[in-house]
Amino acid sequence: MQRLVVIGASLGGLTTLRTILQGLATTFSAPIAIVQHRHKESKTGMTKALQLHSPLPIREVEDKDAILPGYVYLAPADYHLLVEPDHFVLSVDEPVSYARPSIDVLFESAAESYAEQTIGVILTGANQDGALGASAIKAQGGTIIVQEPTTATSAVMPTAALNQTTADWVLPPTQIARRLNALCSVSSLT
Amino acid sequence: MIDPHSSKLKLEDIEIQLLLEGIYQYYGYDFRNYAMSSLKRRIRRILEVENLDTVSALQDQVLHEPESLQRFLLAITVNVTSMFRDPAFFIAFRNQVVPLLRTYPYIRIWHAGCSQGQEVYSMAIVLQEEGLYKRCRIYATDANEQVIKQAKSGIYPISLMQQYTQLYLQAGGKHSFSEYYTAAYDNAIFRASLRDNIVFSQHNLATDHSFNEFHVILCRNVLIYFDQTLQKRVHQLFHESLCKLGILCLGRQESIRFSPYENDYEAVEKTEKIYRRLS
Repeated sequence: MQRLVVIGASLGGLTTLRTILQGLATTFSAPIAIVQHRHKESKTGMTKALQLHSPLPIREVEDKDAILPGYVYLAPADYHLLVEPDHFVLSVDEPVSYARPSIDVLFESAAESYAEQTIGVILTGANQDGALGASAIKAQGGTIIVQEPTTATSAVMPTAALNQTTADWVLPPTQIARRLNALCSVSSLT
Repeated sequence: MIDPHSSKLKLEDIEIQLLLEGIYQYYGYDFRNYAMSSLKRRIRRILEVENLDTVSALQDQVLHEPESLQRFLLAITVNVTSMFRDPAFFIAFRNQVVPLLRTYPYIRIWHAGCSQGQEVYSMAIVLQEEGLYKRCRIYATDANEQVIKQAKSGIYPISLMQQYTQLYLQAGGKHSFSEYYTAAYDNAIFRASLRDNIVFSQHNLATDHSFNEFHVILCRNVLIYFDQTLQKRVHQLFHESLCKLGILCLGRQESIRFSPYENDYEAVEKTEKIYRRLS
């Protein structure tokens, strides 16, 4: 099975996501799925804002969209984003820890479908979403990268993840991009 | 060596298949083509609530205790939504669809998967404000009988009214939202006149057939819970049930791309997923 990168971000996430996307190689070979907490009425402006900085094409997910390598997928406002082996599934189930989309929901479904091929990344945020999801990915043999808390706008979320599970790497944003390139760029597969 | 944790996951997949097959064979409810990832989350939630350790234990309970089946059906099928969810959709409906509907002497609307009815009442309010309601008959259906009863009652917690009022106004509401309900203790009871032209009935998108021809079909955020096979079936059902130039409304993040009849529709309002059947 191919690899899948899942990223969870909350308060301060947009700036951090920009830095990471900017640093990705054009040869980046894995699909990336992102949950960024946002207001439920927010429009698609986020896709455009991030696209300006990303060498990879960014899409807001529609239900049952195929998961294709080299694309960056954003969870739409007010929907949970889940993954199955080759496509996305959306749900409007109750918010999990007040969040919809919820990072835990994405990470837990990724752990199930992609197991050790999952790379989970927890970024800045002022809540604990993602901590349980990160530990689910670890339990399946996947890889966890957590943003170095001192470099985060809000250290709560990365700290919660670090308390919940053992991260493989704890890095500032620019190095997260480099690490992802090393794990997923085409050259590393050959 | 087999990793015990991942083998447990696979065992659970088998148990879920058995559970769904058992429920279908014994009771006739067909969840076998629900989207697995979201279905699994709901099943796990049921295990927590029912205090059960395995899906097999749930299967035992659901097959032998009818009350347990009722709880299962509610937990699996109910989609909690709000009135005027996605206000932009209702604005688009007022601006793009209502003018088309004005040309019809009589309008049949099918609300497929109406759940607890929030969206049906929202639509009834829009149609009343646009002066079309008297010409309309709304068929509101759901697979779950209990949910239909709740929808029919038109009673919602009063605590939600502040949020609904906000959404009503964003959705282009023309009056004061409080005109549409009366408060009684902790509840808001919606006006019976909103229900005059609504027929609530049980209909299962997974197993039942077309029952009329409609000018408008609304099915928002229901298909996301189905896999692509079942989505195709339902799109076929909608295609059979929609008159020529009829309107199909899907959820904001749903797509007509997975309909085998995609080419028979044109977008009336692309971002809000409002389509019109051309042929």
